[in-house]
Amino acid sequence: MATIAKSGAVKGPPVPSIVTKIVNSLRDLSNTLLIPALAILTAILVGSVMILLAGRDPIAAYTGLVEGAWLEPRGLVQSLLKTSPLILSGLAVGFAFKGGLFNIGAQGQLIVGSVAAAWAGYAFSGLPSWLHIILAMGAAALAGALWGAIPGALKAYSGAHEVITTIMFNFIASRIAEWMISLGSADGKIPAGPLADPNSGAISRTKPVLDSARLPVVFEVPPPSVPNLNIGLFIAVAAAILIMLLVNRTTFGFELRMVGLNPSAAQYAGVNVKRMTISTMAIAGCLAGLAGAVQTLGINGYYEANQSLGLGFDSITVSLLASNNPIGIMFSAFMFGSMDQGTTRMQRTGVAPELILVIQALILMFIAAPQIIRWLYRVRVSGKGGQKLSTGWGQR
Amino acid sequence: MDILGITITTGAVIATLNATIRQAIPITLGSQSGLLSERSSIVNIGIEGMMLMAAFSGYMMNSYLSGSDISTFADDNMRLGVCVLVGVLTGGLMGLFHALLCIRYKVDHIISGTVVNILAAGVTGYFYNAQTETKGKIPPLISNPWEKGDFLYNVGAVLFDKDIITYLTFVIVGFIAFALFRTVWGLRTRSIGENPRAADTLGINVYRLQYTNLFFSGALAGLAGAYLTLADVGVFERGMTAGKGFIALAVMIFGKWHPVGALMGALLFGFLTALQSQLQFFGIVVPHQLVALIPYAVTVIVLAGFVGRARPPAHVGQAYEVE
Repeated sequence: MATIAKSGAVKGPPVPSIVTKIVNSLRDLSNTLLIPALAILTAILVGSVMILLAGRDPIAAYTGLVEGAWLEPRGLVQSLLKTSPLILSGLAVGFAFKGGLFNIGAQGQLIVGSVAAAWAGYAFSGLPSWLHIILAMGAAALAGALWGAIPGALKAYSGAHEVITTIMFNFIASRIAEWMISLGSADGKIPAGPLADPNSGAISRTKPVLDSARLPVVFEVPPPSVPNLNIGLFIAVAAAILIMLLVNRTTFGFELRMVGLNPSAAQYAGVNVKRMTISTMAIAGCLAGLAGAVQTLGINGYYEANQSLGLGFDSITVSLLASNNPIGIMFSAFMFGSMDQGTTRMQRTGVAPELILVIQALILMFIAAPQIIRWLYRVRVSGKGGQKLSTGWGQR
Repeated sequence: MDILGITITTGAVIATLNATIRQAIPITLGSQSGLLSERSSIVNIGIEGMMLMAAFSGYMMNSYLSGSDISTFADDNMRLGVCVLVGVLTGGLMGLFHALLCIRYKVDHIISGTVVNILAAGVTGYFYNAQTETKGKIPPLISNPWEKGDFLYNVGAVLFDKDIITYLTFVIVGFIAFALFRTVWGLRTRSIGENPRAADTLGINVYRLQYTNLFFSGALAGLAGAYLTLADVGVFERGMTAGKGFIALAVMIFGKWHPVGALMGALLFGFLTALQSQLQFFGIVVPHQLVALIPYAVTVIVLAGFVGRARPPAHVGQAYEVE
């Protein structure tokens, strides 16, 4: 043994064998996954305390959650269906983060995309299915991109902080959408909204999307279950891979990350920061718009008020949990989609669905403040520490 | 009176003014909360969550003390006073929590605020039980002294018949305006907002002042929440703050980080929100959803600087490391 070591030392620095390489990369992986894993575990434990406080059984609640989400084909397909828009809206948040922008507006961009997809889905008839789907998805992407680009432009040219403007745009989008599908007053003084379905009974929603615009089914759930797995999931996965390539392998992505790390340095290096800000928000909005399209064309078949309430909040946590990594976002989105699906079963054990929000907030807190986790479990991890986002109101 | 075909009656004007004040109170308190925090160089987008949590705790306390087995709190004023205090303390604790994350754990202020908001939505939604009942909300402090039919009665209808928190809000604004610009505490607070390093060098305990101010910031958001469930609406609803915390921040920017300016902004926004419910009294028929978006749209316009440039405290949003 000693001679081998010696001969290695003589020949210069030892070349790491494949085994050490694998061991090292596994150690890196476990280091990066340790904090998120412990964060999730701790959040679930705190959740258990809350379940006990409400006088319920945490084991039964979490068993219900897992059973409802994964342990039967119907639940699993539903989880995957809920994952698809979450991947896209998570990307909308994560992509903006890479460019140093906090896009809380995924919710509004998603609503605008949903409405646009629903409109394009019923307004054009007689198109071949593939063309109609592309048209409807395109309409959603465009609407979302526009809804994201406006706060981007406001940030670039007037310094209005995107956190507040995008939140305001969420409210504005949801009010406009409510008006578009409103049924009007009973006495006819206020007319119905332009997209309202007069035949829906008393429900405010758009006219149903034509069959040619519905996303094709990939996997049929055995009857009597209704929801089938459609291509939405694959669209979302493809988008995640594309975004990863865009961020890591292109000049645009390089400039994007540069602006995200230090806008002044990027400006000095010749990057047009204003234009980058607008395009970052436009692409983020486009992704969130697609999330809305997947929801409308793949699942609901129309836009209904509050159909995706809370997706915007979820997508922030989804993205931060994955450190804004597009591939990681797919997995955290699956986790959140599953949690969302499992709540229905969990509710049967008497636990309110808002528990999931508490767990999400705690996960977000532990990820953002890894020192708490390190202190709790006495672990040493080379963590990157918290994200840097606040740039004040009106500074850039 | 007819203007441009719109019928304006005294009743409608009084109703609009009253609704304006009603809407402006929580936004004013929220903006003062944001102001205290930002003057101490900590961005507080968690006002929304602090309000919601306090609205919830104040209401649940009211519901608990209204229970038939609690006889010591037979006095309504005593019961409601305790409830308001619980709400204010809840807000204060949330403020300290935000400060802890921002100062001790160096969490980005915006992420920390988002944690506060999601946590509040989750905790209040989780523990809220729709079957709760209370013995009622805070009564008006002074009733209208004038006779109906008298012209002064109309003035009195706007000035009086308000609860104590409404009056207190105006006092608080005046007090903060005085304290911030005329006291040692105010000078120190402004100095850590502009240049904590310099303040530290001069011997000011930056962290301690930040914690103190964040407690009061949270307490003010808590008072806003308590106002919602104990004075204004009287009951709790899930997500009832509906963006008031964020509008409060916009109002703070609108008021250029000055307490009185923020009050003016809040009154303007209160008026815009009041219009939504009052338009029908003026005989104007518009889809209410489109009127409802006006305050949000105006917020964006304000932020975009169409009402003049504002300069935030120089160090806001950045962590300060004591050497």
